Amino acid sequence: MTPANLKYTKSHEWVKQEPDGSVTVGITHHAQEMLGDVVFVEAPAVGRQVMQGEECAVVESVKAAADIYAPLSGEVLAANSKLADAPEKINADAYAAWIFKLKPSSPAEIGGLLDAAAYQAVADAEQH
Amino acid sequence: MPFIPHTEDDIRAMLAAIGVRSVDDLFDEIPAVLRSRGLQQVPPGVSEMDITRLMHERAVQDGFYLNFIGAGAYEHHIPAAVWQIATRGEFYSAYTPYQAEASQGTLQLLYEYQTMMTSLTGMDVTNASLYDGASALAEAVLMAVRTHKSSKRALMPLTAPPVYRKVVHTLVKDQNIELVPVQYASTHGHTDLQALQQYAGQDFAALIVPQPNFFGIIEPADELAAWAKQNGMLTIALVNPTSLALLRPPGEWGADIVIGEGQPLGVSLASGGPYFGFMACREQYVRQMPGRIIGATHDVDGKAGYTLTLQAREQHIRRSKATSNICTNQGLVVTAATIYMALLGPEGLARVAQASHANTLALAQKLAALPGVKRAFATPVFHEFVLQFEASAGSVLQALRAQRILGGVALTHDYPELGEAILVCATETKNAADLDSYAHALAAALQSTTNSRRHSWQM
Repeated sequence: MTPANLKYTKSHEWVKQEPDGSVTVGITHHAQEMLGDVVFVEAPAVGRQVMQGEECAVVESVKAAADIYAPLSGEVLAANSKLADAPEKINADAYAAWIFKLKPSSPAEIGGLLDAAAYQAVADAEQH
Repeated sequence: MPFIPHTEDDIRAMLAAIGVRSVDDLFDEIPAVLRSRGLQQVPPGVSEMDITRLMHERAVQDGFYLNFIGAGAYEHHIPAAVWQIATRGEFYSAYTPYQAEASQGTLQLLYEYQTMMTSLTGMDVTNASLYDGASALAEAVLMAVRTHKSSKRALMPLTAPPVYRKVVHTLVKDQNIELVPVQYASTHGHTDLQALQQYAGQDFAALIVPQPNFFGIIEPADELAAWAKQNGMLTIALVNPTSLALLRPPGEWGADIVIGEGQPLGVSLASGGPYFGFMACREQYVRQMPGRIIGATHDVDGKAGYTLTLQAREQHIRRSKATSNICTNQGLVVTAATIYMALLGPEGLARVAQASHANTLALAQKLAALPGVKRAFATPVFHEFVLQFEASAGSVLQALRAQRILGGVALTHDYPELGEAILVCATETKNAADLDSYAHALAAALQSTTNSRRHSWQM
């Protein structure tokens, strides 16, 4: 359920390291389950500089709105325009429906992210 | 819903259940010196018969005046059916209900209100109303800043109502949003495109376009909205809803957000409130719009139904990051406005607007023909205009009041550059005899103020 090839944050973002050094960011399966049916995604503007932990996107469901925090500092390279018309893709497959891509400015920050097992423990703790 | 007071027995039973001797004991924590010992200036209760008589006696003291004051609140004829229907028990609530979906009738009415307002403004979406026109303008500025993201400044023409400018300043200043005033053309009384040029290329979130403006004048809205767009800012249209029956809807001249005071739509003047504010916008900005929005949907059986929608913007879900702390609407007043619009229809509203406009033009012509009186601007107006006197505006208004005419609002305080000037309004409620009464009274008032001035010179 929690892919081993990704990194995670305690605030339920997943991070995929791409071969070119950029990272792709989305929200976890556990996060979409907690939110319920996603109806809107507000992605960050391309070119924006974000700091690690900064609010940079919003995922809105029928019952809640959740801020998405930048898992790493860097520049926003792209936002997933397909989510504008089909936000439910996040419910269908949270690990395929990426929200934005970053070019990290402090790659060392990656070391501080959680691995799959550590994140699973965070998610499990919340469910109990 | 009946009011059912507790009986002595109820109170005794409740006190016994929680083990307290008297109601006073519940307030033990409040020091005795801080407690009110009755309301000393308030007389004891009187009977319904006595209070009715007292109110009649006081109402007579108000007297009967012919009212030519506008300046943001307008005297229009309200068909008797409006408040007869609005005050039916089924409608008689001040809010959108908290268990919203259980009140399908209220939601349907608000949905119909929204439909009428989008049609009137030419916009895509409308909320279920805000508190009043001035706070709606403040909400529009906040919304523009949220949408624009990079700028926390807005261009505020001096032709926007002075009270609105103060309210907006009060509501946005602590968010470090700056309102930059824009001069008006002294010859035309509308926002000066020339004066705007100095801001071209600068970072502003919005330009406000009051249409008609505080002087009653029609602003060059197309040019202003086009200029705002060219310079990367949103256009906020501040409009009079009655005027929209005659003027082109702001959706057609480039407005991004439309707001205004809803009072002219079937709400009595009532010493200044309660009124309601309306707000509409283009669909792309709907998630930044504050307030409640009603949507149409189908239930599990496929039957039409209504629901609160886009609630994730609101504070009961979004907490401190909500678009606004406004999570309600002016339910009852909007109910009256919806009934008013339904009764009049587009054609009826256009007739109200046309009659107001015609009366205003006729009155302006009569008054400006008097010696010592002139129009401040020759520019086209909707249902208000500015007059300038040689005599003191305050004394003229006082002399008119002595003749049972409320002649307008003095502009000397807010617009000293206009000299001895007043703002006058004539709606459809005035007939030809009323206009003549005003002209005669003004002639007499000018005579008396001139005489008293001569008299004081002799002293």
